[in-house]
Amino acid sequence: MQRLRDVLRRLSPRRGADSGDRELRADGSEQTDRLRGSSELRSDGGVATAEETPTETGRWQSLLSSDFVQSIPFWLPPFLLMGFFVYGAIGWNLVISLTDFEGLLLPEYTVSEFDLEMYRRALSDPSFWTAAQNTLVLLVAFTAVCLLFGLLLAILVDQEIRFENTLRTIYLLPMSLSFVVTAKFWAWMYNPQIGMINVTLRQLGLDFLTLQWISNPDTKLAAVIFALIWQFSGYAMVVYLAGLRAIPTAHYEAAKVDGASTAKMYWRVILPQLRASTMSAAVVLMVFALKAFDFLYVMFGNNPGPAADILATMMFREAFGSNNWAYGSAIAIVLFGMALAVVAPYLYSEYRRGEL
Amino acid sequence: MSSPPASPNPDDHTRRERIEQTIRDADRTRVALYAILLGLVGFYLAPLEAGLMTAFKTTDAFNRTVPFLPPVADGFTFEPWEIAFSEMSNALVNSLLLAVPATVLSAGLGSIAAYGLTTIDWKYQTALVALFVAGIFIPYQAVLVPLSRLYAIVNTQELLSFLWGLPMMHEHYASIINLIVTHVAYGIPITFLLFRSYYQTLSDEMIEAARLDGASVFSIYRNIVLPLSRPIFAVTLIYQFTQIWNDLLFALVILPSGGGAAAPVTIALNSLTGGIVESFNTQMAGAFVAALPTLLVYVLFGEQFAKGVAGET
Repeated sequence: MQRLRDVLRRLSPRRGADSGDRELRADGSEQTDRLRGSSELRSDGGVATAEETPTETGRWQSLLSSDFVQSIPFWLPPFLLMGFFVYGAIGWNLVISLTDFEGLLLPEYTVSEFDLEMYRRALSDPSFWTAAQNTLVLLVAFTAVCLLFGLLLAILVDQEIRFENTLRTIYLLPMSLSFVVTAKFWAWMYNPQIGMINVTLRQLGLDFLTLQWISNPDTKLAAVIFALIWQFSGYAMVVYLAGLRAIPTAHYEAAKVDGASTAKMYWRVILPQLRASTMSAAVVLMVFALKAFDFLYVMFGNNPGPAADILATMMFREAFGSNNWAYGSAIAIVLFGMALAVVAPYLYSEYRRGEL
Repeated sequence: MSSPPASPNPDDHTRRERIEQTIRDADRTRVALYAILLGLVGFYLAPLEAGLMTAFKTTDAFNRTVPFLPPVADGFTFEPWEIAFSEMSNALVNSLLLAVPATVLSAGLGSIAAYGLTTIDWKYQTALVALFVAGIFIPYQAVLVPLSRLYAIVNTQELLSFLWGLPMMHEHYASIINLIVTHVAYGIPITFLLFRSYYQTLSDEMIEAARLDGASVFSIYRNIVLPLSRPIFAVTLIYQFTQIWNDLLFALVILPSGGGAAAPVTIALNSLTGGIVESFNTQMAGAFVAALPTLLVYVLFGEQFAKGVAGET
C-alpha cells in the first residue's frame, strides 16, 4: 500500500494548486509512515536504502538549487563586509569602553577587569553634560527649523512656477558640498571684520547688530546651526515636494470649493497628509546633525569650546587628541544610543507599515 | 522607506483651469512669490558668490573691498587659484584614486545584496534587511576607535609589499586601500537601500517568467535585473561619489596624522591656510578646487543626485 502511494506520487509530481493545503498535511503524515516502513524494510535486507537514496539526494539537490541557497552568494559577502565594519566595530567599541585603555598602551581585554568606570567618569564630567546638551539643542533646533523652512520652500516651489527645476537645483546645491568646503565658506561669512555678514550689516547701517558670530559663546552654536540649515534645508524641500506632489489634486480642489483660505487649506488638509514625509525627513536630518562633526572640526579644530562642543567632537578629542581611548569609546556608545533612540522607532514603524 | 512618487500628473484640464484662475486672481501675489523665490536664490548662493569673488582678489583687495562685489582692476589676480591648485593637486589625485573604486565597489555590492534579499523571498529576510538599513544611521563616532585599532593591527603596507616594487605604485597607496575598504563597507547600507527600493518596483512577472523557463538566480540577475538597473546605478554612483569625495572623518582617523602622502582633498583643504594666517582668498580658491568635481557632477546630474537624496529617506 505504502509503495503504491509512493509510486503514484512519483508518477504525478505536480498536482493542482487548489488542494495545496490538504496536500501538505497528507504529505507530512505519509512521510512518517514511510520512515517507519523503511526501518522495517531495512531489517528485512537493505532494500530500503536503494529506495531511500534517490529521494534524499533529490531533496538535497532541490535544496541546493532552491532560490534561497542560490541567493546566498549575492547577499552574504556584502553582508559580512558590512556586518564586520558596522556591527563588529560597534561591539568592539563597546568592549573597549569597558576597559581602561588609554595613552600609548595597547588595550588589554581582561574580562574580569571590565567595568563601567568610563561611563561613571562621563556622568561626573561637566564637559560631557555640556556636550550632551549642545548635541540635543543642535539636533532639535536644526531638525525643526530645517523641516519648517523646507516645508515653506516646497509650498512656494509647488505653485506651478516657472524655472522650477533651476530653482530646485539651486536650493539643493549646498548639499552636494563637503562639510569642509561649507565650513570654509561660513568661516569667511562670519568673519567679524571683513566677513560678508558684518560688512553687509554695516552697509545697511545696522552696526549694532554686528557680532563676533563664531567666537562669541552666545551666538556660536546658533551660527553653526544656521550654516547647517543653509546646507540642508534644500533636502527637506525635496522630500516635502515629493510628498505634496503625491496628494491628489482633488484635495486642493475640494478645499477650494469649500471656501477654505489658502492658509487654512494647507493647515487642515495638506499638512496632515505630509506626516510620512516629515517623519522620514526628520530622521535623516537628525542623522546629518549627528554627523556635523566635520563642519565643527574644520571651523574650530578639535575643541570648539563649551558653547559649541557636541558629543561627536568631544569623543574625537578625547580619543584621538588626548589618547583617552576607552573614555572616547564610552562617549561614542552614548552617542550611538542617542542615534538608536531616534532611528529604532522609525525603522520599527516602517517595518509595521511593511515598507522596509 | 521610499518617498511617495513625484508628480502624479494632474490632468490637463484642471491644470489649465488652475493656471487661468491664478492669473486672474493673483497677479500681485505672483510677483511677491517670485520676489521671495529670487531672494532665496540669493540666500543659497551668497556664500558661494562671495567666495568666488574673494578667490579672485589680492590679499590687499579682499581686506578693503566688499566681499560680494567683483574685484576691480589691480585687485584682480589668479594667484590664489595657482597656490591652491599647486598645493592640492596631489590630494586631488588621491581623492580620485579613492573615490572612483570605492564608489563602483560599494554600488556593485549594494546591487547584488539588494537583489539577493529582494527578488528572492525567504523567511528571515526582513531581519537581514533591517540590519543593512540600520547601518545607514550609525554615527561613525561609534566605530572610530576600533577602526584605528584595526588598521594598527592589519598592516596593509606590509601585506601588499610585493606591489610597491611595481611601476606606478607608491607605498602610500596602502593607506588609500584602507580608506577604500572602509568607504565600501560603510557605503553598502545606503547603496543597498537605494537598490532595494528600486528592485521592489521591478515587475515580478518578468522574473517569474524567467524562473519558469528554468533560468538560474544568477542568470536572472545577469540578463534581466542588471540591465534594468542602469538608472539606479546612475543615482547610486553619483550619490556615493559625492559622499566619499566629501568625507573628512575617515581620512582623519585612518591616515597617519596630517594625512601624509595619501591625504585626500578634504584634508588638504582643511590644512590649507595659504601661508599667511587667514588668507581667505587662497582658502576660497581651495574650497572651489575641492568642490569642483562634486559641483560638476551635481550640475550635470542634478536629477539623479536629487533622487539619491530622496531615496535616503
